Amino acid sequence: MYILKLILRNSFRHRLRTFLTVLGITIAILAFGLLRTVISAWYAGVEASSASRLVSRNAISLIFPLPISYKEKIRQIEGVKMVSYGNWFGGVYIDEKNFFANYAVEGKTYLELYSEFILPPDQKAAFFRDRKACVVGRKLSAKYGWKPGDSITLKGTIFPGNWDFVLRGIYKGRDQAVDETAFFFHWDYLNETMKKTIPRRADQVGFYMIGVERPNLAAPVSAEIDKTFKNSLAETLTETEKAFQLSFVSMTEAIVIAIQLVSFVVIFIIMAVMANTMAMTARERIGEYAIFKTMGFGVWHITGMIFGESMCITMIGCAIGIILTFPAAKAFGAELSTFFPIFIVEDKTIGLDILASLVIAVVAAIFPAWRAVNIRIADGLRRIG
Amino acid sequence: MENPARQIPVVEIRNLFKSYRRGNQILPVLEDINMDIARSEFLALMGPSGSGKTTLLNLIAGIDKADRGTIVIGGVDITSLSETELAHWRASNVGFIFQFYNLIPVLSAFENVELPLLLTNLSKKQRRDHVKMALHVVNLSDRSEHNPGQLSGGQQQRVAIARAIVTDPSILVADEPTGDLDRVSAEEILELMERLVHELGKTIIMVTHDPRAAQKAHLIRHLDKGVLNVHPEAYT
Repeated sequence: MYILKLILRNSFRHRLRTFLTVLGITIAILAFGLLRTVISAWYAGVEASSASRLVSRNAISLIFPLPISYKEKIRQIEGVKMVSYGNWFGGVYIDEKNFFANYAVEGKTYLELYSEFILPPDQKAAFFRDRKACVVGRKLSAKYGWKPGDSITLKGTIFPGNWDFVLRGIYKGRDQAVDETAFFFHWDYLNETMKKTIPRRADQVGFYMIGVERPNLAAPVSAEIDKTFKNSLAETLTETEKAFQLSFVSMTEAIVIAIQLVSFVVIFIIMAVMANTMAMTARERIGEYAIFKTMGFGVWHITGMIFGESMCITMIGCAIGIILTFPAAKAFGAELSTFFPIFIVEDKTIGLDILASLVIAVVAAIFPAWRAVNIRIADGLRRIG
Repeated sequence: MENPARQIPVVEIRNLFKSYRRGNQILPVLEDINMDIARSEFLALMGPSGSGKTTLLNLIAGIDKADRGTIVIGGVDITSLSETELAHWRASNVGFIFQFYNLIPVLSAFENVELPLLLTNLSKKQRRDHVKMALHVVNLSDRSEHNPGQLSGGQQQRVAIARAIVTDPSILVADEPTGDLDRVSAEEILELMERLVHELGKTIIMVTHDPRAAQKAHLIRHLDKGVLNVHPEAYT
């Protein structure tokens, strides 16, 4: 208790220096936490993927479609529980800056497959009844102030023209890992319009979403689907939803690696700052450590005091940094909700913050402790006065 | 009639050599020192700067290692002890008084005095009693909650003395204890040290430049260029 009191008082002996060091650690932990949250947000889609859902797309590229006629053939494959399908619509609201994910889907099967999208029964029924209906996520509706019954017009980029919709439902996620910024409407609406305007693009889907009976059937079912359409005009590439999401992330892997590197550089810099603070502290107190040694205090007491002080300063900065990470991430996430629909500070990030702080505290104290322990008492005493 | 217990040497130094290395040069600091210090003795070590006074004091206190020779204190040859053993030995056998007091500035007078007791098995209450007693001896009971910065030089040195005696060591080593004090405060400190010898039976070895301080000692030994004078100068 006494030693703890001494550590605490020593930590605040040079108030300005301690304040500046704590401030530096706070900013570093805040930056580290936000950068790690960006990385988590990058992988949010992967994390939210279900192990019992498969995605089947054109084997050449995602931009090439598959015929709607594949639906029945896929449904007949053993192990397949449900088949849904859709297209990436790629429309924009008013202008390009209002970008959000929007899909044309087969509503009934899609909402059944994605049970994590919670839609009130009356809104779900209203959505199914109206061919021009759309459903949007809670965050997206809040962003644009939409409410059920509102008319929404999207400007098509892949499918030309202005597309009018009526908002019939607002879904919320089953948990905070679910994307609440998506926009869904009926694939039939898209297909019928295509039949009238560009008939050669009708009856084609961008992807099939396939529910399997058990997660362990994912691999054989995937193989069977691809085998079924081998040597056809549109061969399929079927993979689990997680693998499908990961293939998107891998396209931007270099950015993720860069962010990871920056996050570690931040920690490395603050480690150097903290080490400098502790080195200055130990140099100033070398005479005091000699006094402690003179009185019979041993290596463990001296190292304990130095490591304790380093730990105290670092952990105060860490705690403030962690506390500030939450409102900062909220503000950051709100600003960038289009790019990062799920921007949540994970428990793992907090754990990494604490781990990084512990590493900073320990590394910063090693050299000063080594110096304090190894200096001869007589030499240490000579530094006083 | 001299007290017979006082004649028993508590410190026996034999053939002690100490040198320092500076670059490629080896500088002898102490050469063939032989000395006995009796129990309850108040010894002053004098000599010009660089004569080896503080080095000899450090060797007796077990905070430096000799090149050759033996130092037996209370029957223990401290030259044969390891660093850890020396640390334990110092904690229970030696009290230190320094020129610049060397109190821990973030601790109160009470806490500074309590510091050496943390290495003992005493309970919190026992520690508190010991500290109160030590502060009473140095007449600073009313300043126990003050930090060193709130005390005068003389008062700080008295706290340092209380810290030195709180574990009840048999030997006190003092390196220029009055060197940073005004004349009145220095006089008070020396009187206090005399009391420690007479009333508590402590053995004090004091390094000083000040002849007035040395006159308070029972015995003065002079060091010159690492050699101890043969004939001690007795004052009392």
